[in-house]
Amino acid sequence: MKRSTQPVFWLLFGAGGMLSATLGAMLVFITGIAIPLGLFLPADLLGYDNMIAFHRHWAGKAFTFAVISLFLWHGAHRIFHSLHDFGVHAGTASVFACYGLALLGTLAAGFALLSIGG
Amino acid sequence: MMRRTYVRSMAGWWRRDPVFIRYMAREATALFVVIYAAILLVTVARLAQGETSFNAWMALLAGKTSIALHAILVAAFAYHTYTWFEIMPKTMPPIRIAGRKLAPGVITGVGLAVSAILSVALFALASALPP
Amino acid sequence: MAETRDIAIEVLRYQPQEGAEPYVQSWTVPFTDDMSVLQGLQHIKDFADGSLTFRWSCRMAICGSCGMMVGGVPRLACRTFLRNFMPGPLRIEALAHHPIERDLVVDATDFVEKLARIRPWIVPREERALAQGENLQTPTELERYEQFSHCINCMLCYAACPQYGLDSKFLGPGITALLHRYNEDSRDGARGERMDLVHAQDGVWSCTAVGYCSVVCPKQVDPANAVNLNKTASAVDWFARFLPRRQR
Repeated sequence: MKRSTQPVFWLLFGAGGMLSATLGAMLVFITGIAIPLGLFLPADLLGYDNMIAFHRHWAGKAFTFAVISLFLWHGAHRIFHSLHDFGVHAGTASVFACYGLALLGTLAAGFALLSIGG
Repeated sequence: MMRRTYVRSMAGWWRRDPVFIRYMAREATALFVVIYAAILLVTVARLAQGETSFNAWMALLAGKTSIALHAILVAAFAYHTYTWFEIMPKTMPPIRIAGRKLAPGVITGVGLAVSAILSVALFALASALPP
Repeated sequence: MAETRDIAIEVLRYQPQEGAEPYVQSWTVPFTDDMSVLQGLQHIKDFADGSLTFRWSCRMAICGSCGMMVGGVPRLACRTFLRNFMPGPLRIEALAHHPIERDLVVDATDFVEKLARIRPWIVPREERALAQGENLQTPTELERYEQFSHCINCMLCYAACPQYGLDSKFLGPGITALLHRYNEDSRDGARGERMDLVHAQDGVWSCTAVGYCSVVCPKQVDPANAVNLNKTASAVDWFARFLPRRQR
């Protein structure tokens, strides 16, 4: 019997699901609402100098990389199964459209973060 | 005698039961998680490109459309948080304390409480970050 | 004398003739507060239409025969009261996600074939002579599988599982719960073979944690938990197989 490759994607889905469930809502609020509107937090927190300084540090790089890539893998896995729910059967096309894009996004995030330097 | 069974269609199955509608809403949160990841991806790409490119993007993010979009994202993420811990008692191994299985409500409650604590911690960290 | 009220019962009927399509037929059934949906159907069969076909046996939620869609939800007709559906009408259909054989009777071939595939019995770990006596088990060892042994094969969980409805190759909730029941038994030695079914494409990985199977289960088996515990076990094994083989 052919072994499924789903365990790999399921673990990434779970990691991304947990990260987005615990920190997601607050992170979106901070970066997308509080800082642009200057609510509670200073507007220059996401300014160019602060962001460069944050991402020159390995921990800053790791945090942003984890958030982008795991959120992508989480979403890709759910959307992959949702396509099946809507009657689009799991095939090469849906594998590439979901997991392929998550992989591309992960590589792009890694490339961008590395090119910021340290 | 030949067997002549009748197979019912699954077309529109998610409309059949409120449980399925809530399930589909839960799965739909994935789209919003991906949208936010894409926004962050563009942000770091612009950051890598340099100050001018980055500032132009951040000006866009400070606009009304972006803030409205993020308000929708916050709602979707919050629903994701709730449903993630709501299903957790069924997905995780049973925890026994003094021989008794932990009640599903306790697991969901602890999950939501941990999320709340971590969210407050993240906010506190963000406030402490600027020099 | 208990008070008698009337309720309209609508049944999705199907007779397997050439070109036949299901149709809805409705009856008004007098009932008392202590009457089950099964008794309502029996009233129709006895007094209105003897051709109405449905399965039943024990009338006490243990044989698992009378599973059907009662008011759109998979339920055992014998443990569901008519009074809960007033003022009516109450719609009854054969169990969802299964081919209809006739009226409320479904074709259970798929379930029965899957059941045989998991070897639903204790495959002894080692040969034991009768003289060795009972195969002992501690209460803690019993606890590991007891809940999953309560399954009565009623298939309500399959009628609640959209993934099974979309693709019946999926091993599904109830069968996985039973598989887990034997795998977790300290006396059993066939875990390895059963796990091959779990790891497969149509094993546990079609499950998207809808969780409705556990909600409709009349015996609190929590099949969703069995499926998801096996996802974890299968995921661990996916990586563990690359490690040097340990002695079991």
